[in-house]
Amino acid sequence: MYMKKREIPAGVWDSCQNCGHMVYQKEVEESLHCCPECGHHRRVNARTRIQQLVDPGSFEELYADLAPTDPLKFKDRVTYKDRLKDAQRKTGEKDAVIVGKAFIRGRSVVLAVMNSEFIMASMGSVAGEKITRAIERATEDDLPLAIVTASGGARMQEGMVSLMQMAKTSAALAKFDDAGGLYIVVATDPTTAGVAASFASLGDVILAEPGAMMGFAGPRVIANTIKQELPDGFQTAEFMLKHGFVDRIVNRRDLRREIARLIDYCGK
Amino acid sequence: MRDSQVDHILPLSDNAVLEFEKPLLRIQQDIAALEVEQAQSGRDLASEIKQQQERMIKKTKRLYSHLTAWETVLVARHGERPRVTDHINNFVEDFTELHGDRTFGDDRAMITGFGRIAGHKVMVVGHNKGKDTRERIECNFGCAHPEGYRKALLKMKLAEKYKLPVVCMIDTQGAFPGIGAEERGISQAIAVNMMEMSRLRVPIVCVVIGEGGSGGALGIGVGDRVAVFEHGFYSVISAEGCAAILWKTNEQRQRAAEALRFTAKDLRKLDIIDDIIPEPIGGAHRNPIATSQFLEQYIGDTLRDLKRPRIETVLKRRQERFRNIASFFDDPSATETGGGKAARRGIRGSRATRSRIASDRSTVGVA
Repeated sequence: MYMKKREIPAGVWDSCQNCGHMVYQKEVEESLHCCPECGHHRRVNARTRIQQLVDPGSFEELYADLAPTDPLKFKDRVTYKDRLKDAQRKTGEKDAVIVGKAFIRGRSVVLAVMNSEFIMASMGSVAGEKITRAIERATEDDLPLAIVTASGGARMQEGMVSLMQMAKTSAALAKFDDAGGLYIVVATDPTTAGVAASFASLGDVILAEPGAMMGFAGPRVIANTIKQELPDGFQTAEFMLKHGFVDRIVNRRDLRREIARLIDYCGK
Repeated sequence: MRDSQVDHILPLSDNAVLEFEKPLLRIQQDIAALEVEQAQSGRDLASEIKQQQERMIKKTKRLYSHLTAWETVLVARHGERPRVTDHINNFVEDFTELHGDRTFGDDRAMITGFGRIAGHKVMVVGHNKGKDTRERIECNFGCAHPEGYRKALLKMKLAEKYKLPVVCMIDTQGAFPGIGAEERGISQAIAVNMMEMSRLRVPIVCVVIGEGGSGGALGIGVGDRVAVFEHGFYSVISAEGCAAILWKTNEQRQRAAEALRFTAKDLRKLDIIDDIIPEPIGGAHRNPIATSQFLEQYIGDTLRDLKRPRIETVLKRRQERFRNIASFFDDPSATETGGGKAARRGIRGSRATRSRIASDRSTVGVA
């Protein structure tokens, strides 16, 4: 007998965005927030991601006090301050990046994770500063660096202060590179615009989750500019792999093993 | 470069008058009418004409002394504003263009080549928006593809090899949004340029000569000094794009333009840029030659300053310059915005060593 949709207790079942199958929430969580039917990788917030990636209990958060300001006193239909408060209340985080030291399968790393639940992990000054500090910490402590990217791009409410975070993070990576550090990018859905065009494209090794959106310009902007339809699979991780800008597409369940293996090849 | 014509102001051309310049056009028509009358009647109207001309100058100055952010966009994008090719013609001696990225092709939206500026041998890199319809289409209106950014980097590396400073002239709406650009890795091209420019072992001067559009501008925008022309702008997103996303309508672009605070003056206040280069009365499009003179002088003076210290010092300051651009709270008590002590930092590192030529010069010459 079929149950009517509204009789399903909330939060126990839901349907996969990709294949439409009704899936049991608990089963989804056990498969690291991937669809048990089709393998579709759902977005996960930064805390969950960290839990999935690092050895239990090994995460030691850094720079947790950094909080955003409103350098432009920006206001559109709502003020940027209100947007921030709203995002902070919803997520319980101060901004869109969490940084720390951790172990992944026993290998010590500096880890930064972007949180797409916080204003689509747009990169403002706090995100840029925390990513930069993570890079500098990896340089000082001579540790491998892994950044899990997800972002809609630069945070326009912080204007040019946010755009300059692209240059700031890239310059910090130049120093890390000079010091011989290993930098692994894990690109997740969506890795776009200003973040794609800075640290997310500068990994020594670039891994990406299946199906993750990856690109610079927004698809609507491109379609409007060239006045034609975009090909299927445009701006996905698979598209980037095909065109030579991603090293490996890795299932979420294999990420720990893959990162550990890369560290064994390249780490010191 | 040709001798000073700084006190000269070109007439407005009928087909390129901006909405807010229309009162000026009326004065210009009055002057023309007086001149015709003088010629036909033989009466001496010189004093009337002079009076109108003075009115024109006064009104132009007044209009341009407080442009709105949106008007600044219109001036920066003006069809007759001097482009990189004009500046090259006006003051780069022995310009020797070097084409191609040696991998894919030659992007006409990016011009690169050797040249001499104020006696300094340099590598010139600049976005090219094009002068006429044919050229504009050829160079995608100044929106570069990955091969443009890779060409720029290749030539900068060449400059590094022979210890020539790099001069970047930024003038773009942004990198080209298209299928080919994505396929050939526009993100990676811009990212690599920023990373490599941050450690390029020669001085780099970057000037926004018109429009500085987001990542496409920053792709040749990491340098020891970053300057913007008085009526230029440099923004994280276009006013139109910002309005479409945040206000959900293009109509609000004027408000978006104000909110983004991307004019040269705002950027100087926010410590994003080092210097503002003055423009002639009525904007660069009214006197391209004088505009080029101001740019030449700025580049010459800045290169002289940057060539003095050891390159290690220059590099350290360049890295600090970008490292210190930030605005955040760093205080456990700052649980939400508004609380705690702000750790707003400007680009402090090299402040004391920075030249103030341009701002000192804004009072000179153009009266």
